[in-house]
Amino acid sequence: MARPIINVPAKARRGQVIEIKTLVSHVMETGYRHTETGERVPRDIITEFVCVYNDEEIFRATLSPAVAANPFITFHTLATESGKLTFRWTGDNGFSETGTATIEVE
Amino acid sequence: MRSIDIVLRCVSTSGFVLMLVLLDSLSATTDTRRSTYDDMSRDIRAMQDDDMANPASLWVNDGAALWSQPAGAAQMSCADCHGDAATSMKGVAARYPVFDAARGKPVGLEARINHCRKTRQQAPAFAPESRDLLALTAFVGRQSRGLPITTGDDPRLAPFVEAGRMIFERRQGQLNLSCAICHDHNAGKRLASALIPQAHPTGYPIYRLEWQSLGSLARRLRNCMAGMRAAPYATGSDEIVALELFLMARARGMATETPAVRP
Repeated sequence: MARPIINVPAKARRGQVIEIKTLVSHVMETGYRHTETGERVPRDIITEFVCVYNDEEIFRATLSPAVAANPFITFHTLATESGKLTFRWTGDNGFSETGTATIEVE
Repeated sequence: MRSIDIVLRCVSTSGFVLMLVLLDSLSATTDTRRSTYDDMSRDIRAMQDDDMANPASLWVNDGAALWSQPAGAAQMSCADCHGDAATSMKGVAARYPVFDAARGKPVGLEARINHCRKTRQQAPAFAPESRDLLALTAFVGRQSRGLPITTGDDPRLAPFVEAGRMIFERRQGQLNLSCAICHDHNAGKRLASALIPQAHPTGYPIYRLEWQSLGSLARRLRNCMAGMRAAPYATGSDEIVALELFLMARARGMATETPAVRP
């Protein structure tokens, strides 16, 4: 399974607004579809996405069955200090995926 | 301008060259072929152009990992023979399907990858439309992005291109449609709300929003045939490969967009 793709600027000025982009591989099966034989396809989605910047949670999203497959989540934050950003996606059937990125703030 | 200079110099020796060059420049100005990319919404074009936003990148990255991962009884990776894909695979996808002398018929990129897998790596072939096969195809295809399609240059392919054209133009299915009725005679118009494209396979495998996934040209063709209420040809069958070949040869000279995003 593909690793998530995370885009965080490698360097930023202190106080600068930076854009963070993430792309994760997931089928996001809604739970509303049926097979050709009429059986319901069980729901299998990512339910939560969290971004932590140096131990501080800066972004959280709750995902629903309406979200397309391979969710692309992008948001902005303030570059406060150098360090590590951790991204975590969790969902149905014990789905869990993490990714990290580092940023240098000067 | 330079070509005109050359032509003028050649006129005295051969009027034929002049005609050829004029014909060539004429066809260049009257090329009305359009990639579906040109008619997509700005949002979908942006999605295709930005590797970060293009969901097909997930498959391309998988393909890059598979490229250097030893597999099969031989414990060989693609990279062991082919080295760095950025150089060895540049322009390769843009010339497929190619003529396979051993089998005496054209072979598509997916079949070529599986052939390598069976004979060199001694590993079981990937299933059609499987994630790994799509990933490797997308990764190889990505190395040709921006390069012109050259499929059909090999003269041995001519009868198979012609066979593909026959299929393209033949009416079939309960709706009694041919591919050409939509994609040649009514391209640019709409089928319900959807634009009818000219059907140039410039970006396969594509991430199709309707599929919510990556898919091959064979999948797209089979999809179309089901819509025509015709019995779809099997993936990898002579008919599907002939159709793929005809369409790629028809798109010769257009830029490769792999992996493209389509609505």
